[in-house]
Amino acid sequence: MTDPALSNAAASPAAALPAPGGAPRSPFLQIALARLRSFYREPEAVFWSFGFPILLTIALGIAFRAKPPDPVRAAVVAGPRAEAARAALAAGPAMDVQVLGEEAAGRALRGGQVAIVVVPGDPPTYRFDPTNPDSRLAHAVVDDLLEGAAGRRDVLAPRVEHKTEPGARYVDFLVPGLLGMNIMSSGMWGVGWVIVEDRQKKLLKRLVATPMRRSQYLLAFVAMRMLFLLVEVPVLVGFAMIFFGTPLRGRVVDLSALMVLGAMAFAGMGLLVGCRARNSQTVAGLINLVMMPMFVLSGVFFSSQHFPAVVQPAIRVLPLTALNDGLRAVMNDGTSIAALWPEVAVLAVVTAVSFGLALRWFRWT
Amino acid sequence: MEDLAIRCHGLVKRYPPDVLAVNGLDLEVRRGECFGLLGPNGAGKTTTIEILEGLLRPTAGDIEVLGRRWSDDPRGLRARLGITLQETRLPERLTVEEILRLFRSFYARGRTVEAVLELVGLEDKRGARYERLSGGQKQRLAVACALVSEPELLFLDEPTTGLDPQSRRQLWQVVDETRNSGHTVLLTTHYMDEAERLCDRVAIVDHGKVIALGTPRELVARVVGQEVVEFEAPRDGVEEAALRRLPGIQAARRDGPAWTLTVAGLHVAVPALLDHLEARGVPLTALSTHRASLEDVFVTLTGRRLRD
Repeated sequence: MTDPALSNAAASPAAALPAPGGAPRSPFLQIALARLRSFYREPEAVFWSFGFPILLTIALGIAFRAKPPDPVRAAVVAGPRAEAARAALAAGPAMDVQVLGEEAAGRALRGGQVAIVVVPGDPPTYRFDPTNPDSRLAHAVVDDLLEGAAGRRDVLAPRVEHKTEPGARYVDFLVPGLLGMNIMSSGMWGVGWVIVEDRQKKLLKRLVATPMRRSQYLLAFVAMRMLFLLVEVPVLVGFAMIFFGTPLRGRVVDLSALMVLGAMAFAGMGLLVGCRARNSQTVAGLINLVMMPMFVLSGVFFSSQHFPAVVQPAIRVLPLTALNDGLRAVMNDGTSIAALWPEVAVLAVVTAVSFGLALRWFRWT
Repeated sequence: MEDLAIRCHGLVKRYPPDVLAVNGLDLEVRRGECFGLLGPNGAGKTTTIEILEGLLRPTAGDIEVLGRRWSDDPRGLRARLGITLQETRLPERLTVEEILRLFRSFYARGRTVEAVLELVGLEDKRGARYERLSGGQKQRLAVACALVSEPELLFLDEPTTGLDPQSRRQLWQVVDETRNSGHTVLLTTHYMDEAERLCDRVAIVDHGKVIALGTPRELVARVVGQEVVEFEAPRDGVEEAALRRLPGIQAARRDGPAWTLTVAGLHVAVPALLDHLEARGVPLTALSTHRASLEDVFVTLTGRRLRD
C-alpha cells in the first residue's frame, strides 16, 4: 500500500521541529519518547538488552579465563636417594613433588593424584601410563629435570616466545561476537516485535487515522536503535576492557560506523519480518527462524571457520557474520573500515534491500 | 458551505472470495447532527465507518467527507476528524497525559491536553499508566484522543460497549457537548436506548444496506406504532387475521406461542384483546406492554433481535 503522506514526508523535515511559540508540537519527538518510555518501563526488556550480555560475558570470561599452567604432579618412592631426586624435580618450574612409600605411591598413581612415580636408583625407574597424556607430559618433564641434574648439557638453546596477550584469548573472540549478537537480537525484537504488537493492538491503525506522518513512526525506531547503541556499546565494551583487558585496537569511529551499519541492517530485517504479520506469535516465530541459523553459523561463540568450505560462501553473506568479523577485525586487529569493504557491502545491501521491501509491503491497517 | 458532513453513495466492500460486507449503502449525514448507525454484529457498520474514516478502501462507491474525497488530501482531511476504533489498545506503559500529549502532537490545531482531560473527566488520572485504568477510563481516554483535534466530525465505533452505567453517561455527555458546539458525530451502537438518547437521526443497517432511516421517534411511529403488546397463548385458537381486525391493533406477528402486537391506542386494544381471547376460551399465559422502541423497529423489519 502506498500512501502519499509517506512519500512526501521526507520533503518537509521542518514539521518535526517545535512550532513557533514553544507549543508542544513535535510529533517525532513524542513518538520517540513514547518508544523510549515503553522500553525502559519494561524491566525485562532492559535486562535482556543490557544485563544479559554482561552476565554472559562474565560467565564465559570466567570459564575461559587465562589460568597458570597446571603443575606436573610426581611421586618419589621413599629410599636413601629419594631426597636428592625430590630436590632435583622440585627445582623445575610448576612441579608438585612428594615422597611416598612404595605402597602409597602405587595408590596415588592408580588414583590419578600423581601422573608419574619415580623409583630412585641407578638408573632410576619411571612408572606411568603411556596412554595418559598427563603422564606422558610428566615423563618428559621429569626425565628432563633428572637428566639435567645428573649433568646433561643442552646444545640447542632455543628461544621461547609465550603468546597469551590480549587479542588472542577466547574472551577477546567472544566480546565482539556478543556485541554483534546483541545488535541483531535487539534490532529484530525491538523493531519487528514492537511493530507487530502495535498492529495487533490496533494502535497502528489508530495512529494512521491521525495526520501523523508514517515515516516519523518508522524513523522513531531507527532513532531508538541509535540510542540503544549509544548505551549498550560503551557499557559492554567498557566492561570487557576493564575486567578482561579486552583490546580496542582500531579507531572508535570505525567501530561506531560498523555498529551503526549493523544496527541499520538488523532494524531493516526487523521491519521486514514485522511488515505484514498480524499477531506477535507469528512474528516471534519468524524472528527466531531468521536469527537461529546466524547464532550458530555466524561465529558468535566459536569461529565460523569450523564449518565445511562448501557452505563458507553462504556464511560470508549472512549479515551477522559480516558484523562479527568486522567488529573482531576492528577491535582485535585494529583493521580500518576501508579494509573491511566486503563486510560493509554485505551490511549495506541487507539494509537497503530489507528497508526497500519492508516499506513496499508494510501493512498499516 | 456544504451542509453535508458525509455523503456516501452506492458503497460496496467485498472481501474475496465471497464476503460482501457492505452491499450498496447510501448515507447522508448533515453537519451538526448526531447520526447513529444501528444494526446487529456483522451488519457492516464497522466496515462502513472505517471506509468513511479513510482506513479501508471501498470496492465501489462514491464518498465525500466534509466535502472532500479521500484521494484529494488525506492528511488535511485526517486533521479535521476525530476517531475511536473498536478495541484499540493504547501503549500500556504510558500515562494518560503522555498518551494525550502524543496524540496532540499530530495536530496543528486543537484543544489543550488540560481541556481534553476535563472534558472526559480524567483529570485525577493524568499520571496513571494506561495498563492501570479501568475499562471505562480506557474508553474515555480513547475518546479523549479523538477530541484533541477539536474535530469537525467525530467517529465513535461502539463507544460504550461493555461499559458501566457511569462511564456510559459520561460519554453521552461528551457526545452532547460535541454536538452542541456545532460539530458532527457519527456513531455506531447496538444499544437502542443509547441511539434514542443521543441521535438526531439513525440508519438501521442489515446485511450491508440501510433498511430504515429517520429520527428515532419517526422511525418507531412509522415502522412499529406507539405501543407493543406481547402475550403468550396456545398455538391453536388464535388467528392473525382475527387479531388484526380488533380495534387499535395495527399488526400482529407470532413466534411459536409468543405473539407481538403493535398497537395505536393501548386503552382500546388491550380490553378488546382480552375480550376476544376470553370469548374463544383461550387461556392467556403472559401479557406485557411497552412503549415501542428502535429494537422493535429492527425486529419488525428483519424478524430478528438485535443482539442474538
